[in-house]
Amino acid sequence: MSVDAATVRRIAHLARIAVEEGEVEKLKGELNAILGFVEQLKEVNVEGVEPMTSVTPMQLKMRADKVTDGGDAAAVLANAPQTEEGFFLVPKVVE
Amino acid sequence: MSRPAGKSKLVRGAQGDWEVVIGMEIHAQVTSKAKLFSGASTEFGGAPNSQVSLVDAAMPGMLPVINAHCVAQAVRTGLGLKAKVNKKSVFDRKNYFYPDLPQGYQISQYQAPVVGEGKVLVDLPDGEIEVGIERLHLEQDAGKSLHEQHPTMSLVDLNRAGVALMEIVSKPDLRSAEEAKAYVTKLRTILRYLGTSDADMEKGNLRADVNVSVRKPGAPLNTRCEIKNVNSIRFIGQAIESEARRQIAILEDGGKIEQETRLFDPAKGETRSMRTKEEAHDYRYFPDPDLLPLELDDAFIASIAASLPELPDEKKARFVKEYGLSAYDAGVLVAERETADYFEQAAKGRDAKAAANFVINELFGRLNKAGIGIERSPVAAEQVGTILALVAEGTISGKIAKDLFEIVWEEGGDPRAIVEGRGLRQVTDTGALEQVIDEIVAKNPDKTAQAKAKPAVLGWFVGQVMRATAGKANPQVVNELLKKKLGV
Repeated sequence: MSVDAATVRRIAHLARIAVEEGEVEKLKGELNAILGFVEQLKEVNVEGVEPMTSVTPMQLKMRADKVTDGGDAAAVLANAPQTEEGFFLVPKVVE
Repeated sequence: MSRPAGKSKLVRGAQGDWEVVIGMEIHAQVTSKAKLFSGASTEFGGAPNSQVSLVDAAMPGMLPVINAHCVAQAVRTGLGLKAKVNKKSVFDRKNYFYPDLPQGYQISQYQAPVVGEGKVLVDLPDGEIEVGIERLHLEQDAGKSLHEQHPTMSLVDLNRAGVALMEIVSKPDLRSAEEAKAYVTKLRTILRYLGTSDADMEKGNLRADVNVSVRKPGAPLNTRCEIKNVNSIRFIGQAIESEARRQIAILEDGGKIEQETRLFDPAKGETRSMRTKEEAHDYRYFPDPDLLPLELDDAFIASIAASLPELPDEKKARFVKEYGLSAYDAGVLVAERETADYFEQAAKGRDAKAAANFVINELFGRLNKAGIGIERSPVAAEQVGTILALVAEGTISGKIAKDLFEIVWEEGGDPRAIVEGRGLRQVTDTGALEQVIDEIVAKNPDKTAQAKAKPAVLGWFVGQVMRATAGKANPQVVNELLKKKLGV
């Protein structure tokens, strides 16, 4: 499996990363190198082996259903370029 | 999928009949105090961005920690849908960009949902259908964008961002707008019985994505379109009907259906394309590295199973068996848990069929007229029970019972005391009634003559006696006396 220039542009667009036309070839090479490595890994027979999700035997931590956070709109909005009456303001997006 | 539509369900096109195939994805907000992965409140109607933690706002370095209660609610719902609960499920990232999704991905479940296949039984006028449930998974809600408040900008409120949703996916087992509406109604009833979602469509706590395709009866499935975010049961019906007509028109013109996402416009009553320019969705799902798999043990699942309430189907079956109600009446009464409880309280130790009739006809009629729900009924179940007891004892007639109900509705009070205080007791004293009957018979010789030939005229006499006694005469006694007098 390998990617072409069009796929590189598409992946960049999906991730909303600006890629200059001159960078496409270089990125294509890097991505194909990664995919080549994955191809190599795929040679290992992992039939019946559970995917490893943690190096130590851990269980998903859970929290109780209690309100312990929030109530600080100012902090949430602090980094926003534009706000109005407690809302974030963003360039208009309408379907 | 194999279930054929009844003949009456087919939609007539210019070139013969078409079958509509519908599958639904219902997003139901989980009833919880805090969000799925943060400690911010889920309360409805807070000031903008006042219920947002830095986790919900996706600040760098924040980590999600799952709310155990939301997990329990999903399992509870799964059990209520007679579904298989998966002891191991996985949270994935569904990647897309939108201003009300600060993370740039929604935490959802893709290949390994917490709940697998189940089923819902749906009552329809011409019988019951079984709708398969494909899966139920937990996911985060997004924030809310407002587009009308500002000329050039959109406003974003993240209070909803991160609230737990259950996405309940049906199999494509529905064959008409009616069936789809009945399915959503039933699902809502089940969620409310379980207490896992208030399923309030007005607050946006229950939204439906509706998948619609059409085909010639018996043909393989055609390309479908998804109608996003329909937020009322009535609109679900309208959206399906207009979308089916649109697709039939295209196919009969020799065209092809493009798979796409559409929106229902309630003002125009039609669907329109939503994301035409956009390339096919590519959510690039992958397991969320911030979250370990969700593992549930048997004891946890068993403890939830043990705490399930009596569900609508079981309650309905019990009402039929225990109280001798018709399946229809039982279905009406169990549609809301509050109604079922009210009925049972009113029927306690009394004639259950009479109680069902009274609740369905008198109480529901009056509640509708007043535009209020049963929880706000000014007449308590106990008072209805007393009215029914008064009828059963023969103290008042059925007609007076209705008047008495209206008095209790308007003024409150003990029905028994009202009957005594206002002289509503029915007249069973044969002497007094005979006198009234004699007068009526004497005044109407023509009718009296008719009665011998046409026993139906008896009803006219009963009416006259009831009128003369202001409805207080005991109809059985009147009937017997009249029969004797008129010789029929």
